[in-house]
Amino acid sequence: MTTRTDASTPPSPTAPAKPGRRSHVPGDGTANAAAVERARKEMLHEGRDLKRTRIGADVLCEALLRQGVDVFFSYPGGVILPLYDVLGDYPELRHVLVRHEQGGAHAADGYARVTGRVGVCMGTSGPGATNLVTGIGTALLDSVPMVAITGNVPSALIGKDAFQEIDINGITLPMTKHNYLVRDANDLPRVVAEAFHIAKTGRPGPVHIDITKDALQQETHVGHPTDAEVIAGLPGFRPNLEGHGRQLKLATTEIAAAKRPVILAGHGVLHAEAWDALKAFAEKTSIPVAWTLLGIGVMDETHPLAYGYMGMHGWKHVNRAIQSADLLIAVGMRFDDRVTGNVRTYAPYARIIHADIDPAEIGKNVAVEVPIVGDARRVLEALTRMVPETPMDARKDYLDQLAEWRRESESSSWHGSGAWRDGLLSADYVVARIGELTDHAATYVADVGQNQMWLARYAGFRQPNSHVSSGGLGTMGFSVPAAMGAALGRPDRETWAITGDGGFQMTFQELMTLVQDRIPVKIALFDNKKLGMIRQWQEIIYAGNYHSAHLLGPDYLKLAEAFGIPATKASTPAEVDEAIRFAQGVDGPALVWFEIAEEQNVFPMMPAGKGLSDLIEHWGGADE
Amino acid sequence: MSTDPNSNGQLPVGAPAGPAPAHATPPPPRSLPGSGETRRHVLVAVVLNKPGVLNRVSSLMRARNFNIDSLAVSHTDRDDVSRMTITLHGDDVAVEQAAKQLYRLIDVLKVQDVTSEPTIEHELALVKIRATESNRDEILRFVELSRGRVVDMVEGSVIAEVTGTEGEIDTFVSLVRTYGIKELVRTGAVVMARGAGSIEEAVKK
Repeated sequence: MTTRTDASTPPSPTAPAKPGRRSHVPGDGTANAAAVERARKEMLHEGRDLKRTRIGADVLCEALLRQGVDVFFSYPGGVILPLYDVLGDYPELRHVLVRHEQGGAHAADGYARVTGRVGVCMGTSGPGATNLVTGIGTALLDSVPMVAITGNVPSALIGKDAFQEIDINGITLPMTKHNYLVRDANDLPRVVAEAFHIAKTGRPGPVHIDITKDALQQETHVGHPTDAEVIAGLPGFRPNLEGHGRQLKLATTEIAAAKRPVILAGHGVLHAEAWDALKAFAEKTSIPVAWTLLGIGVMDETHPLAYGYMGMHGWKHVNRAIQSADLLIAVGMRFDDRVTGNVRTYAPYARIIHADIDPAEIGKNVAVEVPIVGDARRVLEALTRMVPETPMDARKDYLDQLAEWRRESESSSWHGSGAWRDGLLSADYVVARIGELTDHAATYVADVGQNQMWLARYAGFRQPNSHVSSGGLGTMGFSVPAAMGAALGRPDRETWAITGDGGFQMTFQELMTLVQDRIPVKIALFDNKKLGMIRQWQEIIYAGNYHSAHLLGPDYLKLAEAFGIPATKASTPAEVDEAIRFAQGVDGPALVWFEIAEEQNVFPMMPAGKGLSDLIEHWGGADE
Repeated sequence: MSTDPNSNGQLPVGAPAGPAPAHATPPPPRSLPGSGETRRHVLVAVVLNKPGVLNRVSSLMRARNFNIDSLAVSHTDRDDVSRMTITLHGDDVAVEQAAKQLYRLIDVLKVQDVTSEPTIEHELALVKIRATESNRDEILRFVELSRGRVVDMVEGSVIAEVTGTEGEIDTFVSLVRTYGIKELVRTGAVVMARGAGSIEEAVKK
């Protein structure tokens, strides 16, 4: 690749001078008067040296701005300090000082998921870098566009076990879409541009850039590459966007012949912004739409063809429809084991059309009849053009049957009164009330475990990218930091973090970030004083051997107070609405402590290794 | 409470929850990708000659549970492009999956399974064979008959260089084992498809 070498971009002259920059003057007596004069000018932002040398750290800031980055999440440390030394010159780049790098990575993730743009997080070498790893892995498994940047020790020290040196490049290699180690500032413009291109193009994913301290400090005059130069420099990266014509035709034939078809929509539909295309396709063919956990939001749940959430804790009616379907039209999903259960008994009567932008996903977990490699939006638009129109009347018997299953399934395991056994507060009811009182128009960020499943089932989603959840990696502690990023990405929406007492205790240090950066996240803490999903598995699969399921927690009202966050508690159904409204009324972050029933389970449940037809719907004699 | 969720009769077993379609017989179980008959496959990968690319390839194969039998790497006529020959065992679907996963790597330009194509396949081996006054002539003759050549000869040992397919070298090695093998090194197979087509030219487009 060629890079322009003539276009050295000086730091923006309009940027305010950084107070204190070069204020230290060696105390040699003769220069003292001049030094005092210079210090005075600097205090008054006068006479700032506009011709400051452009260094690698400047290039990084310029490159981020060129990519449209407006906020990033980071934590300083020894080798990344050269960046912090110039950040004051780039006030358009908002820096959020997180309390732990993992929180920064999840925040970048949450930001990316609600905006569709690339999220950016940073950390220093060694522990800063390893702390990012969980967040990078979370982004990889959920195909979230992210660029993670770390400092590394000066290149001369690499491999010498220097202070805070770890082979972070080796660590992130198998858990990123691509990664870089930059030792020369002249490479930075190209590398950052490539990283953003790779992170957001085709199947999105995280890209990691490790930059040595000397590269951040090195003077450079290399300009930034154009998009065309970036693409030309990546001959091995040419994602296929258009579905193959012959495969599309085969799919059309299958669709026209199917009597019991179901659309399975996944995260890829959201990535491709294909929700309108999905709706158009479903409406033209009158085929019901089921979605994966990460596909929640692909369709307004009140749409007549929106059928529901599938899989391990999905709706029974949806799993039933899949198990009796004669055709599955899978778009932008990957037949994860939480979706299929035992593959051998999965959708036994169905032929499968599988459209995905990643060819490696097709045929990986299940064998398919019609593979289509392409972008979800383009594939759906092409199919919509090609398929014959089928009115809902023509599928009346089928759709009536599905509607009957749905009525049956939706009424079971639902506690409309808000009370589980003995009047204890029922979590499904709380989630549903949060959905209602926010007009289903907020961003809802789940943690992992029971709270995640209750949210997925009962909140009622109307809009794309309104549901954020760590699906693939299942990262506990995700919700509060991810909500932080989501709230900054979509400030027009209310943002709710739904978390359990287990996940909350993993990352609640970010409460202070919410306060310091005035990020108005509303936290719904579902406290059952248990690791609820662990307890549920132990009850049902491990014969009630509740080892380590019980979890002490602090007084969350005092905890919130210590952080300066308004908080309230709800322990009965009658208190729920008022508690939610309290949080909504707070200008800034707020916490609601829901003391829910301690032993409530999420049903139905498909035990690991079982099939979609083997759902457990109740336990211990009670219909839960 | 039962220790086995199956034994308490709460799990519905047998027929799927949905109504059976018109045909009464239950459908056969869905096949699992990768569970077919395994055989030896040869993949050729054309990759960018960048630091770490070998690490990326081997890390991917390890992480995705593909077992590499041999891996030979060198640069091509272009300095910026390297070529890998990877041999592995697996069923056709699993190896296709391996090839697709390799292709996801940004530095990989092209991957081709040449197992079913007419190819030239060669491997080179150096074998240090224990030799005595009495059997040295016999060893030399045997190496010659195997179209190998002796590249080093001192008292007590000879080093034979042999080239051929993996099978031919296996045969040679097993035959000289009777004399005693002191050292053995093999390059792993390198493969090129016959004919005028070129996998390397194909990537230049």
